[in-house]
Amino acid sequence: MEMPSPNPAILARKARLAERLLAVLPADAVIQEEAETRAYECDALTAYRCPPLLAVLPRSTQEVSDVLRICHDEGVPVVPRGAGTSLAGGALPTADCVILGVARMNEVLETDFENRIIRVQTGRTNLSVSGAVEEEEFFYAPDPSSQLACAIAGNIAMNSGGAHCLKYGVTTNNLLGVTMVMMDGTVAEIGGAHLDAGGLDLLGVICGSEGQLGVVTEATLRILRKPEGARPVLIGYDSNEVAGACVSDIIKAGVLPVAIEFMDRPCIEACEAFAKAGYPMCEALLIIEVEGSEAEIDHQLGLITEIARSHNPVELREAGDADEAARIWLGRKSAFGAMGQINDYMCLDGTIPVSSLPFVLRRIGEMSKEFGLDVANVFHAGDGNMHPLILFDANKPGDLETCEAFGAEILKLCVEAGGCLTGEHGVGIEKRDLMLHQYSAADLEAQLKVKDVFDPKWLLNPAKVFPLSVTEGRRAVALAAE
Amino acid sequence: MMTPGSEAELAEAIAGASGPLCIQGGGTRGLAVDGEVLSTRGVSGVELYEPGALTLVVRAGTPVAEVEALLAKENQRLAVEPMDHRGLLGTDGAPTIGGVIAANVSGPRRIQAGAARDHLLGVRFVDGAGQVVKNGGRVMKNVTGYDLVKLMCGAHGTLGVLTEVALKVLPRAEAAATVTLTGLDQPGAVRAMSAALGSPYDVTGAAYDAETYQAHIRVEGFRDSAAYRSAELVKLLSPFAMAEVQEDAESLWRGIRDVAAFQGRDGDVWRISVKPTDAVELVPHLEAEALQFDWGGGLIWALVPAGTELRNRINVPGHATLVRAAQETRARLGVFQPQPGPLAAVSDGLRRQFDPRGILNPGLMG
Repeated sequence: MEMPSPNPAILARKARLAERLLAVLPADAVIQEEAETRAYECDALTAYRCPPLLAVLPRSTQEVSDVLRICHDEGVPVVPRGAGTSLAGGALPTADCVILGVARMNEVLETDFENRIIRVQTGRTNLSVSGAVEEEEFFYAPDPSSQLACAIAGNIAMNSGGAHCLKYGVTTNNLLGVTMVMMDGTVAEIGGAHLDAGGLDLLGVICGSEGQLGVVTEATLRILRKPEGARPVLIGYDSNEVAGACVSDIIKAGVLPVAIEFMDRPCIEACEAFAKAGYPMCEALLIIEVEGSEAEIDHQLGLITEIARSHNPVELREAGDADEAARIWLGRKSAFGAMGQINDYMCLDGTIPVSSLPFVLRRIGEMSKEFGLDVANVFHAGDGNMHPLILFDANKPGDLETCEAFGAEILKLCVEAGGCLTGEHGVGIEKRDLMLHQYSAADLEAQLKVKDVFDPKWLLNPAKVFPLSVTEGRRAVALAAE
Repeated sequence: MMTPGSEAELAEAIAGASGPLCIQGGGTRGLAVDGEVLSTRGVSGVELYEPGALTLVVRAGTPVAEVEALLAKENQRLAVEPMDHRGLLGTDGAPTIGGVIAANVSGPRRIQAGAARDHLLGVRFVDGAGQVVKNGGRVMKNVTGYDLVKLMCGAHGTLGVLTEVALKVLPRAEAAATVTLTGLDQPGAVRAMSAALGSPYDVTGAAYDAETYQAHIRVEGFRDSAAYRSAELVKLLSPFAMAEVQEDAESLWRGIRDVAAFQGRDGDVWRISVKPTDAVELVPHLEAEALQFDWGGGLIWALVPAGTELRNRINVPGHATLVRAAQETRARLGVFQPQPGPLAAVSDGLRRQFDPRGILNPGLMG
C-alpha cells in the first residue's frame, strides 16, 4: 500500500515541534520516544505499520485546539485517532505526522433523559455510552461489533453502523451535535440538543469524513428507551437464493425487524466448530430479531415464520427463553473469532442491493476458486451490508497480495451490482484506490472541494479516502507552502 | 422560466446562465428569490422502485403525490410525512420530491423515524458551474467518501440543483392510535410528551396545541400492537391529564403537520427548533398570538404580529426560521437564522466552491 514519503523538513523539526507541544500540554501527554510511538504505528488493519513522528494525548478541547494550531503553524500533518480499531487503516500514521489520540477524553458531560440525549467526550467507548444510561433503561443505538473497544470519535469519523441499524440507523442518524476543532485551532459548535441543526447540514458531512475535516472532541447523541423485550428466530435454507427471497418477502410484508443477519455455509461451519451453538448445516442461515412486548413479539415472529415456512426452510427455531436466544446469537457473534482460529482473514464491507444477493454470492464463490482462497460470508441482510471474510496465510509469501486483489474484485463486484465499496468501515487506505470505480473524477472533485474549505492546507489525515494520485496536487501545494 | 426536460438540459441551462437563478420544484414553499426561474418539473419520473429493499429512486421534479400513490400500491410510504406548505402560505402548484429533499421537510414522525435527510440514500445534482455530480447510492449503508447526500439535503438548492434522489421508504403502518390529553398547560404538556417519548412504546408523534390545551401522542404499527401501546400510554400519562384514545386521527395529524391552526390568520409564522424542555422557558418571551408544539416540544410554531423580529427574543440554544411573512420582512430579517462566525465561514466557503458564480438561489441561506 503506497503512502506519501515523509517530508524531511518536518522530520528535521521534531525537537522543535515537541518543545512547542510541551508548552501547551502536560509532559505525559506528548509521546516522542520511538519505543512509545510504536504503540500508535497501526490500527486494526495490522498489515500496515509506521510509527508517527510524535503522538499527543490531550485531555480537553482547549488542548486539542492548541495542538492543531501549532501543527497548522508548523505545516505538520495530523492523524486523529479514537481507539485505533479501524479495519480500513483510518488511523495509520505517516512518519512525519502527529497522532492526535482522544483516548484520555472519555467523560460523560451530561445525561438528559427528558430530552433523550447524552453529551460525551469522544474518547469514550461506544458500549460505555449505553452503559452510562442503562440504569434508566435507555441505550445508544449504533452497535458496531467492536463496541467494547471502539470510541465515539472513530464512530463519528467512520459513520459506524452495527447489526441493529435496519431499525435505528447508523451514527449519523443518532448524532445531534458536536464540538469540533478545525485544523487551524478554531473551535466550532455544530448542532446541539435540538433535533435539527440550522443552516447547511455540516454535521452530516462531518460524520463519515474520516478525520479529514476536523477533530470532534465532544458529541451530543440521541439515546432511546430500551424496548420491552427482543427475541430472535433462526431459519436455515438450502440455497442462498431462497434465503434472499425470504428476506425480501418479510420486508415487503411490512415487518421491520431490528436485525436480519445472514451466514453462508463456510461461515456456519466455522462458527459451529468454534462456538458449538448447534447451528444446522445448510447453505444459508438467517437470524432475525424483533422487538416489543411479549404479545408484539409473538405477532411479528408469527408473520415472519409464516413467510419463512412458505420458502421450505430446512430448519426454523424460535427462541423459547433468554438462554435459547443467546444460543442463536452465539455463533453469529463469534463469527470473527471463529475465523481467526482457522486462519488469518481479511474482512470486507461492501454493500449491495438486497435483490442482487444471490448473484453476488454466486460470483464470490466462483472468484474464490479463481484466486484459490476460501471465503466465508456473514452480513447484515436487511440493509445489504456484506462482510465477506477472505482466509489467507500471512506467513505464506504472496498470500496477502492475492487476498487484497481478491478483496478488490469483490468490492468492484459490489459496485457493479448497484452497491458501494464500504457500508460501515470506511475507506481509509484500504479502499482508497478503488474510489474511481464508484465515483467519476467530477464526483470525487466535489468531495475534495469540501476538504478544501475545512482544511485548506490539507494537513488532516491527508493520505486517506481518496486515491493519492487524485489528491497529489493539493497535498503538494500544502508542502510547497512550507 | 426555464423548464429543462432532462438532467443534461438542466446542466446546460445552469452552465449557460448569465445571472441569478431562482431554483424551483413546485414553488409551493414560498422560498423564491429574485432571478430567472429554473424549474425542475421537467426532470420527472421513477427510475427504480424495489419494495422488497425499501428503495425508491426518483427524479427530483416528480410530484410528491405521484410518489405517495406509487408507494401506497405496495403498502409503503415516505418515512417523513413531509409538510404541505400550500395551506399555510396560500401557494398553489404541486410539491415535488426534490423540494422536500432540498428543504429537508420532515413532519411529526421526525421524532421517531428521523428527518428527510435520514432517509436520503443518494443524490444526483448539478452544481453552479453546470457540472453533474453524484453522491451516495441506493443502498442503506454507505460510507464511501464524504456524505454530500446530507449536505445537499436542506441546502435549498444553494449548492446544486437536485436532479435525482434515492430514498429509503417504509412499510405503511397497518394501524395508528392517538392518545389525547386534555387540559394541559405548556410545562405540563412538555413533561407529558417527554414521558411518552421516554417510554418503550415507540411514539411516532407528540404535539401540543396551546389554544386547545390538548397534547396528542401517536403510535403506529400492527393493529393489536397499536392498541396495546396506546392503552399502556393512557396508564402512563393519566397522572398528567385526562387521557383518551382516538383510533383514526389521520386528519388531526395532517393538521399538525401542515400547521392548519394558523391557516388564514394574519401575522408572521416562525418555526423554532430547540431542546424540548427549553420550549417551556422560551415561550413566554415570544409573546406569540398562537403556538403549536411538535416533536415533543422541540419544534415550536409561533404566530406573531407581522414584522416582529422574533430571533431577538430567543434566549435558549436553537434557531428560528421565518416561514411566512411579507417580502419586506423576509428581506429585512432573513428566512434562515444567521450562523455563528466559524460556521458561517465554512458555509460561505462551501457555497463558493459549489457555486463559484453565486447564481443558485443567491442570498437565500446567507
